Amino acid sequence: MQYVYYPGCSLKGTGRAYEESVLAVFDKLGIQLAELEDWNCCGATAYMSVDEHRSFALAARNLALAERQAPDTAMVVPCSGCYLTLNKTCHIVKDYPEIAQEVKTALDRAGLEWKNRVEVRHPLDILVQDLGLDTIRQAVVRPLKGLKVAPYYGCQIVRPYSTFDHQIYPTSMDHLLEALGATVMHYPLKTKCCGGSMTGTVPEVGKRLSYILLNEAKKREADLMATVCPLCQFNLDAYARDAAHAYGPVNMPVVYFTQLMGLAFGLSAKQVGLQRNIVSAMGSLKKFCSTGAAGAAATAK
Amino acid sequence: MKIKQSIRYDSERSSQFTKEVVSRPGGEMIQACIQCGTCSGVCPLSNYMDRTPRQIIYLAREGFGDEVLHSRTIWMCTSCYACSVECPRGIKITDAMYALKRMAIERGTYPRRFPIPVLARTFFAMVRRNGRTNESQLAAILFLKTNWLQLLNNARLGLDLIRTGRFSMFKWERIEGRAELNAILSDDGKPE
Repeated sequence: MQYVYYPGCSLKGTGRAYEESVLAVFDKLGIQLAELEDWNCCGATAYMSVDEHRSFALAARNLALAERQAPDTAMVVPCSGCYLTLNKTCHIVKDYPEIAQEVKTALDRAGLEWKNRVEVRHPLDILVQDLGLDTIRQAVVRPLKGLKVAPYYGCQIVRPYSTFDHQIYPTSMDHLLEALGATVMHYPLKTKCCGGSMTGTVPEVGKRLSYILLNEAKKREADLMATVCPLCQFNLDAYARDAAHAYGPVNMPVVYFTQLMGLAFGLSAKQVGLQRNIVSAMGSLKKFCSTGAAGAAATAK
Repeated sequence: MKIKQSIRYDSERSSQFTKEVVSRPGGEMIQACIQCGTCSGVCPLSNYMDRTPRQIIYLAREGFGDEVLHSRTIWMCTSCYACSVECPRGIKITDAMYALKRMAIERGTYPRRFPIPVLARTFFAMVRRNGRTNESQLAAILFLKTNWLQLLNNARLGLDLIRTGRFSMFKWERIEGRAELNAILSDDGKPE
Protein backbone atom coordinates (compact mmCIF):
# COMPACT_ATOMS: atom_id res chain seq x y z
CA MET A 1 0.00 0.00 0.00
CA GLN A 2 1.20 3.50 -0.76
CA TYR A 3 -0.23 6.96 -0.36
CA VAL A 4 0.62 10.58 -0.92
CA TYR A 5 1.16 12.32 2.41
CA TYR A 6 -0.05 15.88 3.02
CA PRO A 7 1.33 17.15 6.36
CA GLY A 8 -0.10 20.69 6.56
CA CYS A 9 1.39 23.57 8.54
CA SER A 10 0.67 22.25 12.06
CA LEU A 11 2.48 18.94 11.60
CA LYS A 12 5.64 20.87 10.74
CA GLY A 13 5.25 23.12 13.79
CA THR A 14 3.38 22.59 17.04
CA GLY A 15 2.14 19.17 15.91
CA ARG A 16 5.55 17.69 15.10
CA ALA A 17 4.96 14.71 17.36
CA TYR A 18 1.97 13.80 15.21
CA GLU A 19 4.08 13.74 12.05
CA GLU A 20 6.82 11.76 13.80
CA SER A 21 4.39 9.14 15.09
CA VAL A 22 2.36 8.86 11.87
CA LEU A 23 5.50 8.30 9.81
CA ALA A 24 6.94 5.82 12.31
CA VAL A 25 3.72 3.82 12.59
CA PHE A 26 3.02 3.67 8.85
CA ASP A 27 6.62 2.64 8.26
CA LYS A 28 6.31 -0.10 10.86
CA LEU A 29 3.18 -1.38 9.12
CA GLY A 30 4.90 -1.36 5.73
CA ILE A 31 2.71 1.38 4.25
CA GLN A 32 4.61 3.84 2.10
CA LEU A 33 3.97 7.55 2.42
CA ALA A 34 5.46 10.02 -0.05
CA GLU A 35 5.20 13.63 1.06
CA LEU A 36 3.40 15.88 -1.43
CA GLU A 37 6.08 18.01 -3.03
CA ASP A 38 5.81 21.76 -2.47
CA TRP A 39 2.40 21.52 -0.82
CA ASN A 40 0.79 24.77 0.31
CA CYS A 41 -1.57 25.76 3.13
CA CYS A 42 -4.93 24.00 2.76
CA GLY A 43 -6.88 27.24 3.18
CA ALA A 44 -8.29 26.30 6.56
CA THR A 45 -11.11 28.02 8.37
CA ALA A 46 -9.42 31.41 8.69
CA TYR A 47 -8.82 31.77 4.98
CA MET A 48 -12.38 30.75 4.24
CA SER A 49 -13.74 33.62 6.30
CA VAL A 50 -11.97 36.13 4.09
CA ASP A 51 -12.26 34.78 0.56
CA GLU A 52 -14.09 31.55 -0.03
CA HIS A 53 -13.44 31.13 -3.73
CA ARG A 54 -9.74 31.69 -3.36
CA SER A 55 -9.65 29.25 -0.47
CA PHE A 56 -11.00 26.54 -2.79
CA ALA A 57 -8.42 27.43 -5.43
CA LEU A 58 -5.71 27.28 -2.78
CA ALA A 59 -6.81 23.81 -1.67
CA ALA A 60 -7.17 22.72 -5.28
CA ARG A 61 -3.49 23.38 -6.00
CA ASN A 62 -2.61 20.63 -3.52
CA LEU A 63 -5.12 18.25 -5.07
CA ALA A 64 -3.76 18.98 -8.56
CA LEU A 65 -0.17 18.44 -7.37
CA ALA A 66 -1.18 15.13 -5.78
CA GLU A 67 -2.75 13.88 -9.02
CA ARG A 68 0.39 14.86 -10.91
CA GLN A 69 2.80 13.30 -8.39
CA ALA A 70 1.02 9.95 -8.09
CA PRO A 71 -2.06 9.41 -10.26
CA ASP A 72 -4.84 7.31 -8.74
CA THR A 73 -3.24 7.28 -5.31
CA ALA A 74 -5.19 8.48 -2.28
CA MET A 75 -3.80 11.32 -0.18
CA VAL A 76 -3.40 10.85 3.59
CA VAL A 77 -4.18 13.96 5.63
CA PRO A 78 -3.68 13.64 9.42
CA CYS A 79 -4.74 17.18 10.40
CA SER A 80 -8.51 17.40 10.81
CA GLY A 81 -8.61 21.00 9.57
CA CYS A 82 -6.74 20.17 6.36
CA TYR A 83 -8.72 16.97 5.95
CA LEU A 84 -12.00 18.88 6.12
CA THR A 85 -10.88 21.75 3.87
CA LEU A 86 -9.48 19.51 1.14
CA ASN A 87 -12.55 17.25 1.26
CA LYS A 88 -14.86 20.24 1.24
CA THR A 89 -13.20 21.56 -1.91
CA CYS A 90 -13.83 18.23 -3.67
CA HIS A 91 -17.51 18.39 -2.68
CA ILE A 92 -18.11 22.08 -3.38
CA VAL A 93 -16.86 21.91 -6.97
CA LYS A 94 -19.28 19.04 -7.58
CA ASP A 95 -22.22 20.95 -6.09
CA TYR A 96 -21.50 24.42 -7.48
CA PRO A 97 -20.59 24.46 -11.20
CA GLU A 98 -19.76 28.18 -11.15
CA ILE A 99 -17.20 27.66 -8.34
CA ALA A 100 -15.81 24.68 -10.22
CA GLN A 101 -15.31 26.92 -13.25
CA GLU A 102 -13.54 29.57 -11.15
CA VAL A 103 -11.23 27.00 -9.60
CA LYS A 104 -10.47 25.57 -13.03
CA THR A 105 -9.67 29.02 -14.44
CA ALA A 106 -7.38 29.73 -11.48
CA LEU A 107 -5.51 26.45 -11.92
CA ASP A 108 -5.28 26.97 -15.69
CA ARG A 109 -3.41 30.21 -15.06
CA ALA A 110 -0.76 28.18 -13.25
CA GLY A 111 -0.76 25.40 -15.81
CA LEU A 112 -2.21 22.88 -13.38
CA GLU A 113 -4.97 20.39 -13.92
CA TRP A 114 -7.18 18.76 -11.32
CA LYS A 115 -9.65 16.08 -12.36
CA ASN A 116 -11.18 15.68 -8.88
CA ARG A 117 -10.10 12.06 -8.77
CA VAL A 118 -7.67 12.03 -5.85
CA GLU A 119 -9.28 10.75 -2.65
CA VAL A 120 -8.63 12.64 0.59
CA ARG A 121 -8.34 10.19 3.49
CA HIS A 122 -7.58 10.36 7.19
CA PRO A 123 -4.94 7.98 8.63
CA LEU A 124 -7.52 6.62 11.08
CA ASP A 125 -9.79 5.70 8.17
CA ILE A 126 -6.93 4.01 6.31
CA LEU A 127 -5.70 2.07 9.34
CA VAL A 128 -9.12 0.79 10.35
CA GLN A 129 -10.76 0.31 6.93
CA ASP A 130 -7.93 -0.51 4.51
CA LEU A 131 -5.45 -2.22 6.78
CA GLY A 132 -7.91 -3.69 9.27
CA LEU A 133 -7.86 -4.34 12.98
CA ASP A 134 -6.53 -7.88 12.62
CA THR A 135 -3.34 -6.67 10.97
CA ILE A 136 -2.95 -4.04 13.66
CA ARG A 137 -3.50 -6.62 16.39
CA GLN A 138 -0.77 -8.78 14.87
CA ALA A 139 1.70 -5.90 14.94
CA VAL A 140 1.27 -5.37 18.69
CA VAL A 141 4.28 -6.54 20.67
CA ARG A 142 3.54 -4.64 23.86
CA PRO A 143 -0.19 -4.55 24.60
CA LEU A 144 -1.35 -1.42 26.41
CA LYS A 145 -2.91 -3.53 29.13
CA GLY A 146 -4.66 -1.58 31.85
CA LEU A 147 -4.22 1.79 30.17
CA LYS A 148 -7.47 3.74 30.46
CA VAL A 149 -7.93 5.98 27.43
CA ALA A 150 -10.63 8.59 26.75
CA PRO A 151 -11.06 8.66 22.95
CA TYR A 152 -11.43 12.24 21.73
CA TYR A 153 -12.06 12.73 18.01
CA GLY A 154 -12.77 16.44 17.83
CA CYS A 155 -15.22 17.81 15.32
CA GLN A 156 -13.81 18.13 11.84
CA ILE A 157 -12.63 14.58 11.30
CA VAL A 158 -16.19 13.25 11.22
CA ARG A 159 -18.15 16.30 10.10
CA PRO A 160 -19.60 17.13 7.68
CA TYR A 161 -18.15 15.34 4.63
CA SER A 162 -16.34 12.27 5.88
CA THR A 163 -18.24 9.02 5.59
CA PHE A 164 -16.06 6.51 7.41
CA ASP A 165 -17.61 6.95 10.84
CA HIS A 166 -20.61 8.33 12.73
CA GLN A 167 -20.84 12.13 12.79
CA ILE A 168 -21.69 12.52 16.48
CA TYR A 169 -20.51 9.35 18.18
CA PRO A 170 -17.71 7.78 16.12
CA THR A 171 -16.14 4.50 17.24
CA SER A 172 -13.30 3.63 14.83
CA MET A 173 -10.56 4.92 17.14
CA ASP A 174 -12.22 3.09 20.07
CA HIS A 175 -11.86 -0.21 18.22
CA LEU A 176 -8.32 0.60 17.18
CA LEU A 177 -7.27 1.39 20.77
CA GLU A 178 -8.91 -1.80 21.98
CA ALA A 179 -6.91 -3.71 19.36
CA LEU A 180 -3.80 -2.27 21.02
CA GLY A 181 -4.95 -3.75 24.31
CA ALA A 182 -6.05 -0.51 25.96
CA THR A 183 -9.21 -0.02 27.99
CA VAL A 184 -11.39 2.50 26.16
CA MET A 185 -13.61 4.68 28.31
CA HIS A 186 -17.10 5.81 27.47
CA TYR A 187 -16.47 9.46 26.62
CA PRO A 188 -19.65 11.25 25.58
CA LEU A 189 -17.88 14.47 24.56
CA LYS A 190 -15.85 12.74 21.88
CA THR A 191 -16.85 15.17 19.11
CA LYS A 192 -17.49 18.30 21.16
CA CYS A 193 -15.50 21.40 20.15
CA CYS A 194 -12.09 21.92 21.85
CA GLY A 195 -12.30 25.68 21.33
CA GLY A 196 -10.46 25.75 18.00
CA SER A 197 -8.53 28.96 17.43
CA MET A 198 -10.63 30.56 20.18
CA THR A 199 -7.91 29.75 22.76
CA GLY A 200 -5.84 32.45 21.07
CA THR A 201 -8.57 34.89 20.05
CA VAL A 202 -11.13 34.76 22.89
CA PRO A 203 -9.14 32.92 25.59
CA GLU A 204 -11.83 33.02 28.28
CA VAL A 205 -14.12 31.00 26.01
CA GLY A 206 -11.48 28.80 24.36
CA LYS A 207 -9.91 27.69 27.62
CA ARG A 208 -13.30 26.99 29.13
CA LEU A 209 -14.15 24.64 26.27
CA SER A 210 -10.80 22.87 26.62
CA TYR A 211 -11.26 22.56 30.36
CA ILE A 212 -14.69 20.92 29.98
CA LEU A 213 -13.11 18.17 27.87
CA LEU A 214 -10.15 17.60 30.20
CA ASN A 215 -12.33 17.57 33.27
CA GLU A 216 -14.77 15.09 31.75
CA ALA A 217 -11.88 12.69 31.10
CA LYS A 218 -10.69 13.22 34.67
CA LYS A 219 -14.15 12.53 36.11
CA ARG A 220 -14.22 9.27 34.18
CA GLU A 221 -10.81 8.40 35.64
CA ALA A 222 -9.01 8.10 32.34
CA ASP A 223 -5.19 7.89 32.43
CA LEU A 224 -4.98 10.03 29.34
CA MET A 225 -6.86 11.25 26.28
CA ALA A 226 -6.11 10.14 22.73
CA THR A 227 -6.77 12.50 19.85
CA VAL A 228 -6.52 12.65 16.06
CA CYS A 229 -6.12 16.39 15.52
CA PRO A 230 -3.11 18.71 16.03
CA LEU A 231 -5.22 21.69 17.09
CA CYS A 232 -7.13 19.64 19.68
CA GLN A 233 -3.87 18.28 21.05
CA PHE A 234 -2.35 21.75 21.19
CA ASN A 235 -5.33 23.32 22.95
CA LEU A 236 -5.72 20.52 25.47
CA ASP A 237 -1.99 20.21 26.16
CA ALA A 238 -0.57 23.74 25.88
CA TYR A 239 -3.45 25.57 27.57
CA ALA A 240 -4.05 22.96 30.26
CA ARG A 241 -2.14 24.95 32.88
CA ASP A 242 -4.10 28.15 32.19
CA ALA A 243 -7.38 26.23 32.12
CA ALA A 244 -6.58 24.54 35.44
CA HIS A 245 -5.59 27.89 36.92
CA ALA A 246 -8.90 29.42 35.88
CA TYR A 247 -11.35 26.59 36.50
CA GLY A 248 -9.86 24.00 38.83
CA PRO A 249 -7.08 21.41 39.03
CA VAL A 250 -6.90 18.95 36.21
CA ASN A 251 -3.87 16.98 35.06
CA MET A 252 -4.80 15.07 31.95
CA PRO A 253 -2.14 14.21 29.35
CA VAL A 254 -3.33 14.26 25.74
CA VAL A 255 -1.51 12.18 23.12
CA TYR A 256 -2.03 11.30 19.47
CA PHE A 257 -3.56 7.89 18.76
CA THR A 258 -0.54 7.16 16.55
CA GLN A 259 1.79 7.65 19.54
CA LEU A 260 -0.06 4.91 21.42
CA MET A 261 0.11 2.69 18.34
CA GLY A 262 3.86 3.23 18.12
CA LEU A 263 4.42 2.23 21.74
CA ALA A 264 2.29 -0.89 21.31
CA PHE A 265 4.33 -1.77 18.22
CA GLY A 266 7.52 -1.61 20.29
CA LEU A 267 8.79 1.83 19.25
CA SER A 268 10.47 4.03 21.85
CA ALA A 269 8.90 7.09 23.46
CA LYS A 270 11.27 9.30 21.50
CA GLN A 271 10.51 7.66 18.18
CA VAL A 272 6.86 8.67 18.57
CA GLY A 273 7.64 12.14 19.94
CA LEU A 274 6.30 11.70 23.48
CA GLN A 275 8.95 14.09 24.81
CA ARG A 276 7.06 16.89 23.03
CA ASN A 277 4.11 16.75 25.42
CA ILE A 278 3.86 19.75 27.73
CA VAL A 279 1.69 17.80 30.18
CA SER A 280 3.82 14.66 30.34
CA ALA A 281 2.13 11.36 29.60
CA MET A 282 5.08 9.32 30.88
CA GLY A 283 3.44 8.70 34.26
CA SER A 284 1.02 6.19 32.79
CA LEU A 285 3.02 5.27 29.66
CA LYS A 286 6.41 4.55 31.18
CA LYS A 287 5.69 0.87 31.63
CA PHE A 288 4.90 0.52 27.91
CA CYS A 289 8.03 2.25 26.67
CA SER A 290 10.44 0.09 24.76
CA THR A 291 13.81 -0.51 26.34
CA GLY A 292 14.96 -2.68 23.44
CA ALA A 293 17.85 -2.02 21.09
CA ALA A 294 15.78 0.13 18.73
CA GLY A 295 14.58 2.27 21.59
CA ALA A 296 18.03 2.69 23.10
CA ALA A 297 19.51 3.63 19.73
CA ALA A 298 16.86 6.26 19.19
CA THR A 299 17.38 7.69 22.65
CA ALA A 300 21.16 7.85 22.11
CA LYS A 301 20.61 9.71 18.86
CA MET B 1 -31.09 56.73 30.59
CA LYS B 2 -30.43 55.04 27.31
CA ILE B 3 -33.57 53.60 25.79
CA LYS B 4 -33.10 50.64 23.57
CA GLN B 5 -35.62 49.81 20.91
CA SER B 6 -36.67 46.20 21.16
CA ILE B 7 -39.25 45.95 18.41
CA ARG B 8 -38.20 46.22 14.79
CA TYR B 9 -40.10 47.98 12.04
CA ASP B 10 -40.76 46.62 8.61
CA SER B 11 -38.95 49.62 7.15
CA GLU B 12 -35.70 48.44 8.73
CA ARG B 13 -35.72 45.25 6.71
CA SER B 14 -33.68 44.88 3.57
CA SER B 15 -34.79 42.28 1.10
CA GLN B 16 -31.54 42.97 -0.72
CA PHE B 17 -29.64 41.61 2.28
CA THR B 18 -31.70 38.43 2.32
CA LYS B 19 -31.13 37.98 -1.40
CA GLU B 20 -27.40 38.37 -0.94
CA VAL B 21 -27.25 35.78 1.84
CA VAL B 22 -29.34 33.33 -0.17
CA SER B 23 -27.08 33.79 -3.19
CA ARG B 24 -23.99 32.60 -1.31
CA PRO B 25 -22.99 28.95 -0.81
CA GLY B 26 -24.64 27.75 2.40
CA GLY B 27 -27.18 30.55 2.45
CA GLU B 28 -29.54 29.16 -0.16
CA MET B 29 -31.55 27.00 2.22
CA ILE B 30 -32.21 29.47 5.04
CA GLN B 31 -35.75 30.05 3.80
CA ALA B 32 -36.49 26.43 4.66
CA CYS B 33 -35.70 26.93 8.37
CA ILE B 34 -38.53 25.86 10.69
CA GLN B 35 -37.01 27.64 13.72
CA CYS B 36 -36.84 24.43 15.75
CA GLY B 37 -33.70 25.54 17.57
CA THR B 38 -31.75 22.31 17.12
CA CYS B 39 -28.76 24.35 15.92
CA SER B 40 -28.75 26.46 19.08
CA GLY B 41 -29.17 23.37 21.24
CA VAL B 42 -26.20 21.48 19.81
CA CYS B 43 -23.93 24.51 19.37
CA PRO B 44 -21.12 24.32 21.97
CA LEU B 45 -20.66 28.08 21.72
CA SER B 46 -24.26 29.28 21.83
CA ASN B 47 -24.08 30.22 25.50
CA TYR B 48 -21.28 32.67 24.67
CA MET B 49 -23.17 34.29 21.80
CA ASP B 50 -25.27 37.45 21.95
CA ARG B 51 -27.80 35.77 19.67
CA THR B 52 -28.29 32.07 19.13
CA PRO B 53 -27.72 30.56 15.69
CA ARG B 54 -31.49 30.11 15.31
CA GLN B 55 -32.02 33.83 15.84
CA ILE B 56 -29.29 34.70 13.35
CA ILE B 57 -30.95 32.54 10.68
CA TYR B 58 -34.29 34.21 11.41
CA LEU B 59 -32.90 37.75 11.34
CA ALA B 60 -30.92 37.04 8.17
CA ARG B 61 -33.85 35.73 6.23
CA GLU B 62 -36.10 38.54 7.40
CA GLY B 63 -33.53 41.05 6.16
CA PHE B 64 -32.24 42.58 9.40
CA GLY B 65 -28.74 42.81 8.01
CA ASP B 66 -27.38 45.36 10.45
CA GLU B 67 -28.16 43.24 13.47
CA VAL B 68 -26.78 40.11 11.89
CA LEU B 69 -23.52 41.65 10.74
CA HIS B 70 -22.92 43.43 14.04
CA SER B 71 -23.55 40.32 16.09
CA ARG B 72 -20.73 38.52 17.90
CA THR B 73 -22.41 35.24 17.03
CA ILE B 74 -21.03 34.91 13.53
CA TRP B 75 -17.51 35.27 14.93
CA MET B 76 -18.05 32.82 17.78
CA CYS B 77 -18.72 29.99 15.34
CA THR B 78 -15.66 27.70 15.42
CA SER B 79 -17.01 25.67 12.47
CA CYS B 80 -17.44 22.37 14.30
CA TYR B 81 -20.38 21.60 11.97
CA ALA B 82 -22.54 20.10 14.75
CA CYS B 83 -25.52 22.24 13.64
CA SER B 84 -25.04 21.38 9.97
CA VAL B 85 -25.24 17.63 10.53
CA GLU B 86 -28.13 17.86 13.02
CA CYS B 87 -30.36 20.34 11.15
CA PRO B 88 -33.58 18.52 10.21
CA ARG B 89 -33.96 20.78 7.16
CA GLY B 90 -30.46 20.14 5.88
CA ILE B 91 -29.37 23.77 6.12
CA LYS B 92 -25.61 24.19 5.94
CA ILE B 93 -25.56 26.54 8.89
CA THR B 94 -21.76 26.59 9.28
CA ASP B 95 -21.40 27.63 5.65
CA ALA B 96 -24.06 30.29 6.16
CA MET B 97 -22.00 31.63 9.09
CA TYR B 98 -18.94 31.75 6.82
CA ALA B 99 -20.96 33.72 4.27
CA LEU B 100 -22.00 36.19 6.98
CA LYS B 101 -18.41 36.53 8.24
CA ARG B 102 -17.25 37.39 4.76
CA MET B 103 -20.06 39.92 4.34
CA ALA B 104 -19.05 41.53 7.65
CA ILE B 105 -15.39 41.69 6.61
CA GLU B 106 -16.33 43.16 3.21
CA ARG B 107 -18.46 45.84 4.89
CA GLY B 108 -16.08 46.38 7.81
CA THR B 109 -18.81 45.88 10.40
CA TYR B 110 -16.73 44.09 13.02
CA PRO B 111 -15.31 45.79 16.13
CA ARG B 112 -11.81 47.20 15.71
CA ARG B 113 -9.06 45.01 17.11
CA PHE B 114 -11.54 42.18 17.64
CA PRO B 115 -9.12 39.23 17.43
CA ILE B 116 -11.13 36.75 15.36
CA PRO B 117 -11.41 38.74 12.11
CA VAL B 118 -7.90 40.08 12.68
CA LEU B 119 -6.61 36.48 12.87
CA ALA B 120 -8.50 35.60 9.68
CA ARG B 121 -6.99 38.51 7.77
CA THR B 122 -3.47 37.98 9.13
CA PHE B 123 -3.68 34.31 8.18
CA PHE B 124 -4.89 35.27 4.70
CA ALA B 125 -2.00 37.68 4.17
CA MET B 126 0.61 35.18 5.40
CA VAL B 127 -0.61 32.43 3.08
CA ARG B 128 -0.75 34.88 0.22
CA ARG B 129 2.90 35.77 0.80
CA ASN B 130 4.48 32.45 1.68
CA GLY B 131 2.03 29.73 0.67
CA ARG B 132 2.13 28.36 4.20
CA THR B 133 1.50 29.57 7.71
CA ASN B 134 3.84 29.69 10.66
CA GLU B 135 1.75 29.22 13.80
CA SER B 136 4.16 30.93 16.20
CA GLN B 137 4.52 34.00 13.99
CA LEU B 138 0.78 34.06 13.41
CA ALA B 139 0.08 34.13 17.15
CA ALA B 140 2.71 36.83 17.75
CA ILE B 141 1.32 39.10 15.02
CA LEU B 142 -2.22 38.55 16.27
CA PHE B 143 -1.28 39.58 19.82
CA LEU B 144 0.63 42.64 18.59
CA LYS B 145 -2.31 43.78 16.50
CA THR B 146 -4.99 43.22 19.13
CA ASN B 147 -3.65 43.15 22.66
CA TRP B 148 0.10 43.08 23.13
CA LEU B 149 -0.32 42.12 26.79
CA GLN B 150 -1.28 38.70 25.47
CA LEU B 151 2.37 38.30 24.39
CA LEU B 152 3.39 38.55 28.04
CA ASN B 153 0.56 36.30 29.18
CA ASN B 154 1.72 33.65 26.75
CA ALA B 155 5.44 33.92 27.51
CA ARG B 156 5.38 30.76 29.59
CA LEU B 157 3.60 28.90 26.82
CA GLY B 158 6.33 30.06 24.45
CA LEU B 159 8.98 28.63 26.79
CA ASP B 160 7.06 25.34 26.98
CA LEU B 161 7.03 25.14 23.20
CA ILE B 162 10.76 25.87 22.97
CA ARG B 163 11.49 23.22 25.61
CA THR B 164 9.49 20.60 23.69
CA GLY B 165 10.84 21.55 20.27
CA ARG B 166 7.50 22.80 18.98
CA PHE B 167 8.33 26.49 18.64
CA SER B 168 8.71 27.62 15.04
CA MET B 169 9.03 31.40 15.28
CA PHE B 170 12.32 31.49 13.41
CA LYS B 171 11.64 28.75 10.93
CA TRP B 172 11.19 30.02 7.41
CA GLU B 173 8.13 28.32 5.91
CA ARG B 174 7.83 29.15 2.23
CA ILE B 175 6.84 27.18 -0.82
CA GLU B 176 8.87 27.05 -4.03
CA GLY B 177 5.93 27.62 -6.32
CA ARG B 178 5.07 31.10 -5.15
CA ALA B 179 4.70 32.42 -8.72
CA GLU B 180 2.35 29.54 -9.44
CA LEU B 181 0.38 30.30 -6.28
CA ASN B 182 0.23 33.97 -7.18
CA ALA B 183 -1.20 33.09 -10.59
CA ILE B 184 -3.85 30.95 -8.89
CA LEU B 185 -4.84 33.56 -6.33
CA SER B 186 -4.77 36.74 -8.39
CA ASP B 187 -7.97 37.84 -10.10
CA ASP B 188 -6.63 38.60 -13.54
CA GLY B 189 -3.67 36.27 -13.61
CA LYS B 190 -1.18 39.10 -13.29
CA PRO B 191 1.01 39.22 -10.20
CA GLU B 192 -0.07 41.93 -7.81
